[in-house]
Amino acid sequence: MPSFPKPKIPDAVVPPPLRKPAKPGSAGTPKGQAPTDLKETPERPSHGDKLLDQAKEAPIDALGWVDQRLAATGFLTGMLFRKVPKGTNWFYTLGSATLFAFIVQATTGVFLAMFYTPSATQAYSSIAHINNDVPLGQLVHGMHKWGSSVMVILIFLHMGRTFFFGAYKYPRELNWVIGVVLLILTMTMAFTGYLLPFDQRSFWASIVGININGTGPIVGPYLSDFLRAGPELGATTLSRFYAIHMLLVPGAIIALIGAHMYLVVKLGTTAPPWVKTERPKGAMPTSELEAGANGNGRVNGAAR
Amino acid sequence: MADDANKVNGADEAPIKERVKPDPPGYFEGESMTRRHVFTVASQALGGLAAAGIVLPAVGFAVAPIFHRGKERWEGVGPVSDFVEDTYRQVVFTETEGIGDAGKTTAYVRKSSADLGEEPGKFVAVSNRCAHLGCPVRFVEAAGNFICPCHGGVYDFQGKRIGGPPVRPLDQFQTRVRQGQVELGPRYSVTSQMEPVRARDPGEFTGGIWEYLYPPRPSTFPPP
Repeated sequence: MPSFPKPKIPDAVVPPPLRKPAKPGSAGTPKGQAPTDLKETPERPSHGDKLLDQAKEAPIDALGWVDQRLAATGFLTGMLFRKVPKGTNWFYTLGSATLFAFIVQATTGVFLAMFYTPSATQAYSSIAHINNDVPLGQLVHGMHKWGSSVMVILIFLHMGRTFFFGAYKYPRELNWVIGVVLLILTMTMAFTGYLLPFDQRSFWASIVGININGTGPIVGPYLSDFLRAGPELGATTLSRFYAIHMLLVPGAIIALIGAHMYLVVKLGTTAPPWVKTERPKGAMPTSELEAGANGNGRVNGAAR
Repeated sequence: MADDANKVNGADEAPIKERVKPDPPGYFEGESMTRRHVFTVASQALGGLAAAGIVLPAVGFAVAPIFHRGKERWEGVGPVSDFVEDTYRQVVFTETEGIGDAGKTTAYVRKSSADLGEEPGKFVAVSNRCAHLGCPVRFVEAAGNFICPCHGGVYDFQGKRIGGPPVRPLDQFQTRVRQGQVELGPRYSVTSQMEPVRARDPGEFTGGIWEYLYPPRPSTFPPP
């Protein structure tokens, strides 16, 4: 079994309090002897050298100061240098890609909100203003508009990867559930965001979408009234969709992404299904194990 | 167990015998809860009350529109002489106020016809909102039908469904005549037998058991 090289953490990243002290004798001095160079009078460092040293140490000291109070190094090194299974490949980046798409949406969304007016009479003209007058407005609006499709596509690909690699199985079921909620929230974002330009397309698409919601028996009609804030699509509908799109769902998505990633780090990722487990030396031979697992899932016929 | 509980209180061995020993441990005479438990429950209840004080008004604010019915609105769409029995005239009027053109809707208006079994002397206003998913239908003069561009719903002259995915006839608006003007009022839906019921959203069936599966909403007006 090939051993993984121990991750080398660059010294500059590690604050002095956590830095490993140098081994005695490692710097050319024989063990048990005083370093020879101490016998000579050490050259006194000039004032300029001292300043230079201080300047070099300053960022590390500052980092150390923060870290002594946060104690984040252990967490960060554990998270950033965690081991991943053999066979990890590009498909495993789809989750990060979705996260990146979300960050793009959040950033461009904040800047769009600086120019957008969520009012039924002014929404359309404020979007036209963003597209036609604001420098780079069309670009930022375009990033947000197309980015939403990118995010929906990526989240489905990520879900497909998880499904086809069997990565939803024990002990990761809860992360699958959180992921499904994130998928629903992403679709909610796509639906509520679609109305905001308030042009013909978004107006009629929202009417159709709300009416599809309304076809659910018993609760459907009330759900439609809730979404529209009334019996017809009106002035409050737009601000309601805006509030859901801007405040409610993004907060929930950020919180759930945190939980999702915590579980990824905590539980680790799975190997692809085509990578066979390597059994450590001295473990039970595979043949015996297979004979023991007598079809009912119990290993070695063990009684419960 | 009882001894342990007393030791926690830091009491000496000797006076314990004279004191009343709590039984069960932690409880004193006449008590049904420990003091610690009382305070735990009380502080949790206060916290719950405070949380409810914040959450309930906010949730109520968000769901209130479900129970709110707006003011009844009537709008004149033209003199009586504008409308005839054998064809529709297209009118545009405001259904929702405050959102400009987006609040306007289209209706097809005609005089009621005794040939179709309608009460004479009245006016019929058919909504152009498709009963499938709410797209705007158009009255095609040559065919005498309403046709929806989205998914091919077809309705006959009265607005009854004769083809495509719609689930019920086209909605109608209440009509009245004031000072020689035909006025249109609140929307209502009809069953397949053309009986008026409260307005339903597109895609929802009317009549029979569907009146219970798609219950009438408090935000709509009673049918005429």
